[in-house]
Amino acid sequence: MPQHPINLPTARPAPLDLPVELADLRRDRPLTRMVFPDGHEGWLVTSYTGVRDVLADPRFSRRSELLHRQIARPGKATTPPPAPPGFFIGMDPPDHTRLRRHLTGQFTVRRMNQLQHRIGEIADDCLTAMVEHGPPMDLVEAFALPIPSLIICELLGVPYTERERFQRDTAALFSLESTKEEAAAAFASLTGFILSLVPGKRDNPTDDMLSGLAANDALTDDEIAGMGMLLLFAGHETTASMLGLGVYALLRHPEQLARIQADPGLVDNAVEELLRYLTIVHLGTLRTALQDVEIDGHLIKKDECVSLSLPAANHDPARFTDPERLDVGRSAVGHVGFGHGIHQCLGQQLARIVLRVGYAKLLARLPGLRPAVPLEDVPMRDAMAIYGVHSLPVTW
Amino acid sequence: MSRSAAATVDLIAIDVRRCCGAGMCALIAPEVFDQDPESGTVVLLDSRPERYDLVRDAVVSCPSGAISLTEP
Repeated sequence: MPQHPINLPTARPAPLDLPVELADLRRDRPLTRMVFPDGHEGWLVTSYTGVRDVLADPRFSRRSELLHRQIARPGKATTPPPAPPGFFIGMDPPDHTRLRRHLTGQFTVRRMNQLQHRIGEIADDCLTAMVEHGPPMDLVEAFALPIPSLIICELLGVPYTERERFQRDTAALFSLESTKEEAAAAFASLTGFILSLVPGKRDNPTDDMLSGLAANDALTDDEIAGMGMLLLFAGHETTASMLGLGVYALLRHPEQLARIQADPGLVDNAVEELLRYLTIVHLGTLRTALQDVEIDGHLIKKDECVSLSLPAANHDPARFTDPERLDVGRSAVGHVGFGHGIHQCLGQQLARIVLRVGYAKLLARLPGLRPAVPLEDVPMRDAMAIYGVHSLPVTW
Repeated sequence: MSRSAAATVDLIAIDVRRCCGAGMCALIAPEVFDQDPESGTVVLLDSRPERYDLVRDAVVSCPSGAISLTEP
């Protein structure tokens, strides 16, 4: 029986529940036809093995200009433009490999663990400011947003005197209150700003990523600025959303919160489980077939775009027992919260250490943490590419 | 645990050309895997480790299929 192509299911019955259609699809037809907003007929994959297989398959491309947008954005083309210089997330090998290789040494587990102390200091400063202000406070504005912002600033090597401008532009870029024009202006300002730092970093290198990139003759200044912007984009909103939404999830599951409070050693494992359970890249990720590919008896034709549902994969009962249950003690090994394949999140080890330190510091310093409004009233980032809470008023 | 049966075979194989430097192996099994400080790519520290459960987790978690395992 022919089945009509579906649209990407996005309606959640409750803030932390996935769209119910995803579970039905995963059970009945884990690879199915999907219509994109521009009318393109592509595919949707909802099983854990299916998502991982496509993401690991070099016959599928991540080149931006080959993809189709999953969500219509007014005023934007339905197919994204080619990746700007340095934005290797939107490139395939060998370009992707050439650019990413310059950064992988900067994000090793060892290097990121060395940041633990500094991240702790930044978290302490945020918490001290919260305590001095007194409850209630918005945890997003006071804690979840400033920590990643400061860390990226320091890692890139934005001079101390310029941080105010950097953070102002960053806030404008990511704020929902910004108009499209304001966000575009902030993007241009930030790109120009990072570009302007490059010659100085080349002549007087400091111990930071921009200096490391500037010292590399194989990269153009435009590529360096693009890579800096990519790090900013990829590392800012995502980590902030995980910090905020993770706390929201624990407040909704007080028994899980109590387990971590009783045994702070659980926090590392809890981070992995929260990454799995929440899967903030909740619309999934995209690839386009570079040639005809047969999968499970279906022919995916060249140029057809495939939507990989990361949340559906992370909630696949064939991989994770009782997947809809948040269990901070379970093994979430193999989750695809950071994607899979050669594009898997470059900054994931930074995100891990920020989340581990962030949650641990927060719960230790404010043991009486609780919501300051009914949790049903917390505004969720439904329509955003990265899921999360817009704000989270808390008291303690 | 006896290692005699495994003494002549290389149990863990790494393919640095496939490695994308995600660091999952070094995170999960730091006594077995490290990352090159310059390239971030996988370095095998111990090809006959004690903790095979962790190595299996590392293999499952590797995003680019750069690690393979032959059980003793």
